[in-house]
Amino acid sequence: MVKVTVDGIPVEVAAGSSALQACEAAGKEIPRFCYHERLSVAGNCRMCMVEVSGGRKPVASCGFPINEGMQIFTDTEVVRRARRAVMEFLLINHPLDCPICDQGGECDLQDQAFGYGADHTRYHENKRAVTDKYLGPLVKTVMTRCIQCTRCIRFSTEIAGVPELGGISRGENLEITNYVEKALTSELSGNLIDICPVGALTSQPYAFTARSWELKRTDSIDVCDAVGTNIVMQARGAAVLRIVPRINDEVNEEWLADKGRFVVDGFRRRRLDRPWVRVDGRLQPASWQDAFATIATRLKDVPGQRIGAIAGDMCDAESMMALKDLMETLGSPNIDCRQDGAKYDTSRRDFYTFNTGIAGIEDADALLIVGSIPRQEAPVLNARIRKRYLAAGRGGFPIGMIGAPNADPTYAVDVLGQGPDALAALADGTHPFADVLAGAKKPMIIVGHGALTRPDGQAIARACWDLAAKVGAISPDWHGFNVLHTAASRVAGLDLGFLPGPQGRDVAGMLDGGVDVLWLLGADEFPTDRIGPETFVVYQGHHGDAGAARADVILPGTLYAEKPGTYTNTEGRVQEAFRAVMPPGDAREDWRILRAFSEVAGRKLPYDTLEALRARMVQASPVFGHAAWSRHGTSDTTAPDAGTVPVSDAPLRPVISDYYLTHAVCRASPTMETCSGIYVHPAIEAAE
Amino acid sequence: MSVQSDAPQGAEPTHFAFDEDSERQIATVLAKYPPERKASGVLPLLYIVQKQMGRATGSAWIPRVAMDVVAERLEMAPIRVYEVATFYLMFNTTPIGRYHLQVCTTTSCWLRGSDDVTAACKAATGITSFGETSKDGLFTLTEVECLGACSNAPILQVDDDYYEDLDGPRTLELIEALRRGERPTPGPTIARMACAPAGGRKVLREDAVQKPQGQE
Ligand code: SF4
Ligand code: FES
Ligand code: FES
Repeated sequence: MVKVTVDGIPVEVAAGSSALQACEAAGKEIPRFCYHERLSVAGNCRMCMVEVSGGRKPVASCGFPINEGMQIFTDTEVVRRARRAVMEFLLINHPLDCPICDQGGECDLQDQAFGYGADHTRYHENKRAVTDKYLGPLVKTVMTRCIQCTRCIRFSTEIAGVPELGGISRGENLEITNYVEKALTSELSGNLIDICPVGALTSQPYAFTARSWELKRTDSIDVCDAVGTNIVMQARGAAVLRIVPRINDEVNEEWLADKGRFVVDGFRRRRLDRPWVRVDGRLQPASWQDAFATIATRLKDVPGQRIGAIAGDMCDAESMMALKDLMETLGSPNIDCRQDGAKYDTSRRDFYTFNTGIAGIEDADALLIVGSIPRQEAPVLNARIRKRYLAAGRGGFPIGMIGAPNADPTYAVDVLGQGPDALAALADGTHPFADVLAGAKKPMIIVGHGALTRPDGQAIARACWDLAAKVGAISPDWHGFNVLHTAASRVAGLDLGFLPGPQGRDVAGMLDGGVDVLWLLGADEFPTDRIGPETFVVYQGHHGDAGAARADVILPGTLYAEKPGTYTNTEGRVQEAFRAVMPPGDAREDWRILRAFSEVAGRKLPYDTLEALRARMVQASPVFGHAAWSRHGTSDTTAPDAGTVPVSDAPLRPVISDYYLTHAVCRASPTMETCSGIYVHPAIEAAE
Repeated sequence: MSVQSDAPQGAEPTHFAFDEDSERQIATVLAKYPPERKASGVLPLLYIVQKQMGRATGSAWIPRVAMDVVAERLEMAPIRVYEVATFYLMFNTTPIGRYHLQVCTTTSCWLRGSDDVTAACKAATGITSFGETSKDGLFTLTEVECLGACSNAPILQVDDDYYEDLDGPRTLELIEALRRGERPTPGPTIARMACAPAGGRKVLREDAVQKPQGQE
C-alpha cells in the first residue's frame, strides 16, 4: 500500500494504482472520457487532469502512477483551467446536437460540459463531419459525435475479443470504424452503447424511443441464459423500453449479452393476453372461469399417473414450486424441468452447478471445456474466461476443449478431440493436456449441455468429475467441477426437485401419449409435435409459440419483467427480480394462476401470499433461504452417479444452433429475427 | 471533411497473392522477428504489397484484399493492418498513377521555390489540385511534409527517388522524361555533389587557404 494525499485527505491505495484511482479512493470524482476501469488505459482524452506535488504542469491522472507521499490536487485553478481547455477542444468538432441525440440525459460529455464547458465558442471554422458506419443491426452510429476516446476499440478488442473496430487515418481525419461494411460479430456488442461516453454509439432498436429521465427503473435478472446477469428494466407506462446491465462484479461485472438486452421488443408481441379454450378443434377466447372449469372437468377421473407437467427454461422458482405442489396434490409424479432431456445426479448440489463461480474463473490456471460453447451459451461468462486468458498472458491459461467450437471462442483453445474418447485419453494420461491439468494448481472443468443432453450425459459428467478429482480440482478450498447451464430456470428447478418422482415419467416419457393431461409451464423447447394426439394440453405461458399452438387450454402467464421472481443462476446463486410493468390484458402472475386453479380443482394450495410461497420454497430447498452465494470447495470427492448408459464415441454437438432465437420471447422479437438473419443464416449457408 | 475508408467502387481487386519476388522479400523481413512477434513486420509487408502492385498493375497502392492477406500472414486482426495502412501517408489506399509525384511544401522547400515545382507539376500533367491523378493515369500529385533533404530544397519525390534543387523548368523537363519512359538519375539537378554546397566546395579549398597572420 502506498500513502498519498488527495486535496489534503490522506488515503492508502495499492501500489501501482493511478492518481485517478487514488482520487476515487479519497471520494473525489474525476471527470473522464477515455478511462474505463475495466479497459486498458489509453490516456487520450486529457479530461482527467489533476495537479501533483512537484509537477510543473497538470497531469492526466488516469495514467499517472502514484508514489509514496505524493500530494494530488483535484480542484485548483490550474486544474479547472486545464479541464476547461480540454472541453473546449472536444467541443470544437462536436455537433452539439443534444436535442436530437439519444444519449441526451445520460451523456458524459453533456454532464462534463455542465461543469467545464464554455458558453460560447471561439472557433469559427467549419466543424468536421464524419460519415456514419455500419456496425450491424444493434449499434447505431452517429460518428460526428465521436470524441475518439477509443473505449469502443478497447472494448471490442479486450472484452468482446473481436478486434473489429479501429481508428483509421490520423489527426483531424481519424475515424473510428470497422473499415469494412460488416456487422460486428459479437454477442456482447450492445455493451458498446453503454461504454461510449457520448452519443456516437447508441441503440439502434431503441432509437428515438424515450428520454432516459422518463424511464422507471426496476432491478431484474436476465433469463435469456443461465448466467443470471443483473439487469435494470427501464419502462415507461406499460412497456419496458430497454434493458441495461446492472453492476455485479461477482456475476456479470457490467456487461449484458445482446440477447438479454435486445429481446425487449419481443415483450409485447405475440403475447397471450387472455385465456383460450379449444372448442371443436379451434382455439376460442374464454374467461378464466371457463378455462379453469374446462381443465378441472378434463382432469376429473384422470389418475395422477396419467397427468404430467413440464417447466420451461425461463420460469421463476415460485411458479415451479406452485406447479410442483399442484401436481403433488393431483397425485402425479410426472414432472420435469429438463426440456432438453439433460441428465444430472441431483443428489448433491455441486453435481449440477458451476461451483468455481463466475468470478472464480479469474483464479483458475487451466481450463477444460467439455461439450459447451460458452460464447453462445453464456456470452458474459465467456468474457470472464477471456479476461482470465488475457490476464494470464501468453500460454498462462491453457484451455482445452472437447467438441469443436463452431465459431471463434475469443481465446486460444486446444481442441483435444470431438468426442468423449478425448476425455478417456485425458483420464489415462495419454493426452499431453492431462499433464497441463495435473500440473495446474487450480484447474477447472466445465461440462456443458452438449454433453449432458446426450443419452450418456451422466456418464460423461461422471468422467469429468473423476478427472477433476484426479487432477486435484476438487479440494476443500477449490471446486473445479462446473456445469454450465443454458436454461435460466434449470438450477432452481433441480433445487426444488421439479423432477420425476418414483415411477414418474420424464419429458420423453410424457410424449407420445405417455400422459393424458399435460401441463406446460412456458415450455416450448421440446418436440411438441410428439405430444400424443389424445393428450389434453394446458399451456400456461406468455408467448404464443410451439406450446401454445398445441394447447387445448391456454392460460396467459407473465414474463420475467412482469412478476416478482426468484431465479437461480448456473452457479446456484439465488437472485431476485422485481416487477417492472404490469402484464397485458388478462394475464396473471404464474403462481397466482396455479393457486387459483388449485382452488377450482378442489385442491387448494396452502399459500395466499408471495411470502408464504417463498417460505414454502425454503422448506423445499433451504438454498432459497440463503441470502448470499459464496465460493466453496469440498473435501468429499464421492463421484456423481454415472447413469445407466455407457459413454459412446459419438462427437459432441453444440446445443445452440441459433444464438438469437433460443426461446419464445426472442422468436417474437423483430430485432432478434434480424440478427439471426444477419449473423446466423449466412454462417449456416457458408457451412453447407 | 471525411476520409473515404475504401478505394472507389470497382477499383478494389477481388484477389491478391504475393508473387515470388515479394515472397523472397517477406522471408528476409520475417527472419528479423521472433515468430510470436511477427506482427512487427506489418510496415515492411505493406511496402512489399505496394511495390508488387506497382510492378504488376502500374499503380503502387494497397487494396483492402491485400491488407487482409497481410493480416493473415502476420496472424493479426485485419483492422490492425487497416489502421497502420491508413495512418502512414506513404501507403496509398486508393489507386494512384504510374508515377507518384510528391512535392515537399514545408518551410525550407517553400522558401526555395516549391510553389514553382508544384505549378510545373500541374502544368505538365494537367492536374489541378493535390491528390489528383492525371487523366492519362500516369501521374498522381501529392503534397508531402519535409522529406528531410532540406539542404537541397526544393524536392520532388517521384516514387522512391528524390529529385533535388528543382525549379519550374527543370521540373517540366523531368516530367517530360518520365512521360517518355525514362528515369533520369535521382539527386541534385544542378551542379552539386550530393548535399555538398552548390557550385562546389566552399571551404577547406587549397586556393583559398588563408595564410596565418604575420606570415607573409
Ligand atoms: S465511438 Fe464512442 S466509444 Fe468509440 S471512440 Fe468514439 S466516443 Fe469513444
Ligand atoms: S481519462 Fe485520463 S486521459 Fe482520458
Ligand atoms: S522542407 Fe522540404 S525537404 Fe525539408
